[in-house]
Amino acid sequence: MIDTLIWLVALPLASALATQLLPRYATAIVISTAIATSINAAALLYAVATHGVMLYQIGGWTAGLGIALRADGLSALLLMMAAIVLLASSIYASAYFNDNPLRRRFWPLWLLLWCSLNALLLSGDLFNLYVTLELLGLSAVALASLGGKTAALQAALRYLLVGLLGSMLFLAGVTLIYAGYGTLDLATLSRVVAAGPIAWSALALMTVGLLLKTALFPLHFWLPPAHGSAPAPVSAVLSALVVKATFYLVMRLWLDIFSEVVTPQAASIPGVLGAAAVLWGSWQALRAERLKLLAAYSTVAQLGYLFLFFPLLQALPAGAARDAAMGGLVILALTHGLAKSGLFLAIGIIQQRSGHDTIRDLDGTAQRLPATTFAIALSGIALIGLPPSGAFLGKWHLLAAAFSAGQWLWVVVIMIGTLLAAAYTFRVLGHAFGQQPYPRHPVTIAAEEWPALILSAFATIGLGLAGAPVWQLLKVSL
Amino acid sequence: MNFDTWLPLFVVLSSLLPGLVMFFLDEGSHRLRTVLNMSGALLKLLLVGVITWGVFHQHIYETRWTLAPGLELVLHADTLSVLFVILSTVLWLVTTVYAIGYLEKSPHRSRFFGFFSVCVSATVGLALAGNLLTFVLFYELLTLATYPLVAHRGTPEALRGARIYLAYTLTGGVLLFTGTVWLHSIAGSIAFVEGGTLNQLHADYHPQLKVIFLLMITGLGVKAALVPLHGWLPQAMVAPAPVSALLHAVAVVKAGAFGIIRVVYDVYGVEFTHELGLLTGLGIIAAITIIYGSVKALSQDNLKKRLAYSTVSQVSYIALGITILGPIGTIGGIVHLVHQGVMKITLFFTAGNYAETLGIHKVSEMDGVGQRMPATTLAFSIGALGMIGIPPVAGYVSKWYLALGSLEAGMAWWVMPVLVTSSLLNAAYFLPILYRAWFKQPATKWPSEKILPARFETQAALLWPPLITAVLAIAAGMFAASPYSPLEWASLITRREYGL
Repeated sequence: MIDTLIWLVALPLASALATQLLPRYATAIVISTAIATSINAAALLYAVATHGVMLYQIGGWTAGLGIALRADGLSALLLMMAAIVLLASSIYASAYFNDNPLRRRFWPLWLLLWCSLNALLLSGDLFNLYVTLELLGLSAVALASLGGKTAALQAALRYLLVGLLGSMLFLAGVTLIYAGYGTLDLATLSRVVAAGPIAWSALALMTVGLLLKTALFPLHFWLPPAHGSAPAPVSAVLSALVVKATFYLVMRLWLDIFSEVVTPQAASIPGVLGAAAVLWGSWQALRAERLKLLAAYSTVAQLGYLFLFFPLLQALPAGAARDAAMGGLVILALTHGLAKSGLFLAIGIIQQRSGHDTIRDLDGTAQRLPATTFAIALSGIALIGLPPSGAFLGKWHLLAAAFSAGQWLWVVVIMIGTLLAAAYTFRVLGHAFGQQPYPRHPVTIAAEEWPALILSAFATIGLGLAGAPVWQLLKVSL
Repeated sequence: MNFDTWLPLFVVLSSLLPGLVMFFLDEGSHRLRTVLNMSGALLKLLLVGVITWGVFHQHIYETRWTLAPGLELVLHADTLSVLFVILSTVLWLVTTVYAIGYLEKSPHRSRFFGFFSVCVSATVGLALAGNLLTFVLFYELLTLATYPLVAHRGTPEALRGARIYLAYTLTGGVLLFTGTVWLHSIAGSIAFVEGGTLNQLHADYHPQLKVIFLLMITGLGVKAALVPLHGWLPQAMVAPAPVSALLHAVAVVKAGAFGIIRVVYDVYGVEFTHELGLLTGLGIIAAITIIYGSVKALSQDNLKKRLAYSTVSQVSYIALGITILGPIGTIGGIVHLVHQGVMKITLFFTAGNYAETLGIHKVSEMDGVGQRMPATTLAFSIGALGMIGIPPVAGYVSKWYLALGSLEAGMAWWVMPVLVTSSLLNAAYFLPILYRAWFKQPATKWPSEKILPARFETQAALLWPPLITAVLAIAAGMFAASPYSPLEWASLITRREYGL
């Protein structure tokens, strides 16, 4: 059972090499790896749910010397989401790149990204986290540059520089921790860490580095061009997973390891920035002229919601209310991951079929591709936070936490953000209705439309109606 | 795990599942779509029949499903929900027949019937909602399902109407949602309990409860088209006739009115609402809406617009009935939920028939239409007379109970004038139409007559639905005192509500 942990990292890595060596069979290798890794992720999720925290020490070396992999409820959930998104996107990409020569360069990087993402989610000490963070960032940049056009290269270069700066800040924080406490193991650290200048400055350094990579307002400037000019499956993964990985680290640091160190004043900083991100991102999404930019700005806004939880979780005493809010945070992140990847895949179909993604001129395309439009609608529901999406439950708990903590300001931000999200979603969906020609059968391009539909439906129906296990799983923690 | 616990869920699924399947059907598979539609509608009718019998005999039907800690999806059949479920189920069946005839050979039918079914599922779901969370969930789903129906034709006006509709209802939805979460954070899960539960809260919470009430009633008032939140309703008239029929009679405006009933009776409790001083305010807004809608209807030449303003006015009778303290007024308000639905759907069906058969969209084009389309015009007349409140059509029963209730509650000095003025105004905007239709000479040429190969004045699928609902409207009035009539059922609800 424990082997699933190592296979989650090793299999994508081995397959990445294999696709490089056997480019002719690359698609087959990727799809079978994707299926196997998804099964592994599901097995891990089941194991965590039934047996509790999973631990694996590579080579039998104990923590401090060797590399340890461990999974609790939170990391197992994120791994599962990543597997679903990547499996669907792999199937999609196999059709999207079709005979494009790019696919030779695409597949190895794709699997490398998956490998480093899994490794990051399973790492239990700060140095390994730094390494995986760096690997993840580099493979993401390489993938983003595959768009090939000057704009894509420029965006990727900026993405690279931002990523490196972020990692360096993170590393500086890690060094400080090691100097101060002599350990990098997260479990040990959470026991010994104490409020003081070292903890504060280390946390500040690491956080700024991570927020830069997570694109929290006002550090989001690099995200819209990078996510907006990458190939569709890459945009999907960047928006759904890569920014979530760094967010996951922020969560671990603030809500878990350093939770005793964080003061209410400090916790209000991510809250305020998150609120600004919600308003600014939604507003920019509403004004965007291209679909992909709309989706990218919507990511900025949706990440903002996640940070609104920080001051609330800080204010709530440990107990049922806090656990409920914590689950709300996670389900909001999961829903966004699935919905946004579905949205980007759907936009990719539109872009390929019509050669553009200008919102104003969508009429004909939107009506020729009803299933794609339906996928956009489903993911839009999740982005607005309407029922029955998982985001509805997440926003419910966010609002409930704001009311219980008596922090009324957030309520207004959430209400305005929701209405703005509705406005930018339906601005697109209006183009689905018109008198343009339409096909006899709703699904026209199966290999690309089904992945988009299934991801969006997962976010909007699956997580909303069957999301209760998320709260159960979060009880399994280190 | 027996049949009883799943029955409410099956009632929702009986239209939801066929709807989801229909999205993926070929445009051309007309027959399969019709089979799915009709079998769903008939199955739902059967299930609802079982539930009605059971609820009358105090059986409990309840489906529960945990969404998240503290958040439960509860579908529960009580007397009030059964009333609304029957109304939706019966009228949905009739409207489906009508829509199949109306949309024959028009584009995007898979999409249309898919959303049509989701729309009814949402209505039935919010009717069966056992707690506030479930209600909000289906209430928002209803917004989402009706938007594509309003935008269906895809013309610039349709898109504009749909956009306005969405702006109003989503804003309302956000207010309702916020109020609901707020209430949850004070009082925990809010189940719908006859007589309400909030009066047990400490008096310190009363100011907050007032604000929450305001948030929720504003959110619900958008769909119930309370003035000044009614702006979307005349705009949504661009929708195809069966959609307008369903929107005005069952789905949207009724969802709002039903929600107000739930909040006042089963969340706050009517006495407690009165204690908080909120009831009179709601009553005054309802009264203003009644008069305002009627006055606006007078000046509309577009037939569907006139009917739309009439809806604004008539739906507020329900809200007015709620605010009249005491069982008789309550009966009047609740029974009007059914009566208005049956009468208004008749009017919209017939308006659709005029437009489809003869191209008549305006009142001024209706001269002598009774000679060309006697059966349709007869149905129209029954609906119109019912709206004015002329016996034996159902409308008079509601007005009678409202008037009687206001006397009993000592509110007659302002309710009575409202009722009388409104009835006079109703007569003033309906009777001229009837006069034109029956007694004026027809114009030499109708705006755009379609040559129909049918035996009747129009297609059978368009003709039968209004005739059936017209008969129902008369039956509801004539047999008001019989068991299982809407009036008797409303009395049953009221008895259980007041614990009599």
